[in-house]
Amino acid sequence: MIQYIIRRLLWVLVTLLLITLLTYLIFFVMPPTKPEVNFAGKQPTPELVAQVKQQFGLDKPLVVQYGLFVKRIFLGDEYGWPGLGFSFTTRDALKPIIFDRLLVTLQLAFGAAILWLIVGIPIGILSALRPRSLFDRAAMGFALFGVSTPVFFLGPVLLYIFWFKLGWLPGSGFYSIGQYGVTEWFMHMIMPWSVLALAFAAFYARMTRGNLIETMGEDYIRTARAKGISERRVVVRHGLRSSLTPVVTMLGLDLGGLIGGALITETVFNLPGIGAYAVKSVFSGDLYAILDVTLITAFSITFANLIVDIVYAFLDPRVRYT
Amino acid sequence: MAEPLLEVRDLKVHFPTDDGLVKAVDGLTFQVMPGETLGVVGESGSGKSVSFLTVMGLITRKQAIIEGEVIFQGQDLLQIPADEMRHIRGARISMIFQDPMTSLHPFYKVGTQISEAIRVHQKASKKEAHDQAVEMLRRVGISKPDERASQYPHEFSGGMRQRAMIAMALSLNPDLLIADEPTTALDVTVQAQILDLIDRLREEFNASVVIITHDLGVVAEHCDHLQVMYAGKIVEYGTADDIYYNPHHPYAWGLLGSITRVDEAQKERLHPIKGLPPSLIFVPPGCAFHPRCPYVFDKCKVDVPELLPSDGHHAAACHLPLADKQRIYAEEVAART
Repeated sequence: MIQYIIRRLLWVLVTLLLITLLTYLIFFVMPPTKPEVNFAGKQPTPELVAQVKQQFGLDKPLVVQYGLFVKRIFLGDEYGWPGLGFSFTTRDALKPIIFDRLLVTLQLAFGAAILWLIVGIPIGILSALRPRSLFDRAAMGFALFGVSTPVFFLGPVLLYIFWFKLGWLPGSGFYSIGQYGVTEWFMHMIMPWSVLALAFAAFYARMTRGNLIETMGEDYIRTARAKGISERRVVVRHGLRSSLTPVVTMLGLDLGGLIGGALITETVFNLPGIGAYAVKSVFSGDLYAILDVTLITAFSITFANLIVDIVYAFLDPRVRYT
Repeated sequence: MAEPLLEVRDLKVHFPTDDGLVKAVDGLTFQVMPGETLGVVGESGSGKSVSFLTVMGLITRKQAIIEGEVIFQGQDLLQIPADEMRHIRGARISMIFQDPMTSLHPFYKVGTQISEAIRVHQKASKKEAHDQAVEMLRRVGISKPDERASQYPHEFSGGMRQRAMIAMALSLNPDLLIADEPTTALDVTVQAQILDLIDRLREEFNASVVIITHDLGVVAEHCDHLQVMYAGKIVEYGTADDIYYNPHHPYAWGLLGSITRVDEAQKERLHPIKGLPPSLIFVPPGCAFHPRCPYVFDKCKVDVPELLPSDGHHAAACHLPLADKQRIYAEEVAART
């Protein structure tokens, strides 16, 4: 087990290095507009460009540049660890900005994940236990609606109904717990969570249903029934145990992906998350900010994969020693 | 004569489907005496598994139309509530299945799966149940049962998994063990071991055993009685010797002709039964076997033959006169050897 984890960790390291190599190539070697020109501003003098180039180390050979790039990320820069650089537009350190934004996205992602698990999994289980019943048909209809409704449509509709018309919920914007208290924060998060969670809840309901129906047809379920244990125990201990294992995998990957920003939800509800920031930075050509968001997304997916693999080894004894 | 342990009377199990009513079991009557081993033989789709899954209460009225009686120790299992049936299932009647590779839960330790069965039916602490499970593993011939109990099914070989299944099934000392094709998925050498084990444990536990199989040759020597099933009905019933050496039904002749026998020098190729098992939705009128029977005559296509005793316990559902059957079978055997 320990060996398995160590081996996986080594691979993660390789993956991370590959990611940095790719991002380096994309951001510093491939762009048609050279970073130094980008930074130097409109109509720069050749002297200024050369100066910037030297200041950024862009005059050094590519390999050295890449080494410095990796070193900066993993060992930190003049703004601390990890080295996230500074903003081209404001010349401020990016670290506090990125971290604040990441915190908002994390609250959005984890809240939504809890919601979609609470909604999706029970619906999937009930559907699977009574396939083709009225409940199942209604639930799968809802699931179809859920997976096919875009956030940019549902978000404004919900805002219109619950904020503008009914006035039950406050409008968009982010109200942190620290500054405004839990209630205010919670009320403002309900709609973003719901909108983001809907498609996932629908997908998880369908996945749980499909897995559970398949599992309940397995021979070992028949064995469990033949032992004379209660149907409830058959479903919970024998059926769900196997059919929720793939759900754990999906959850890890989905969360990993969302940490890179839930762009549309953040935009619709005016949440200062990392996805919205990435878009803003793209428009202002803020190289380090785009770079940071790219790396955070890639790293979080890599680590989510690692965690999923390790958790999976605990859930399924068959993968333990491989 | 002693009371039968299990008596099934006119059992019918019909599954409604979009294509029509599947008559998987259609008027099945038989009994199992205490301490005996009954072999149930038939092709796929002859209703042998379905009838015993119904006896176990694993096929219920939710899935199928069930008629008839299943009297077990004086109680009609088809009439008692599901909750009561649950206490009989696994404790007084237990079952092992065809494929031990898929019949154990891959995520739980073998010992845990056995002790779960114990704890459902008995008041026992986890420790007691675990000790009992280890003891059961030892009794089915698994070496180092202590270590084995804390392993997962994927660490067991096929034969060992079937042993573990048997340990689980016998852990509550049931009166009846139903083995549904217990050796089909196993190597030939392991098959014999498992059947010997079932034999030995039947005596130790003083239980009755039903072995369901499609392979007459494998079980013949382990069974007291055999019943041959075709299209949801019994077509022949008798002692193992009756059916193995003196079968009366053309279908049984076919089954015997399609296996290799060590008691006869094999001169020719094996003779498979021609044709396919019948549709269970449109069962042929008269004798269900008549479209495949080489000795068919007019009556077979109209009248359903009854299962009539010919000599003693031996009974066959066939319109052919007994003298003809004996003559024809003697000729068949002569032609083969």
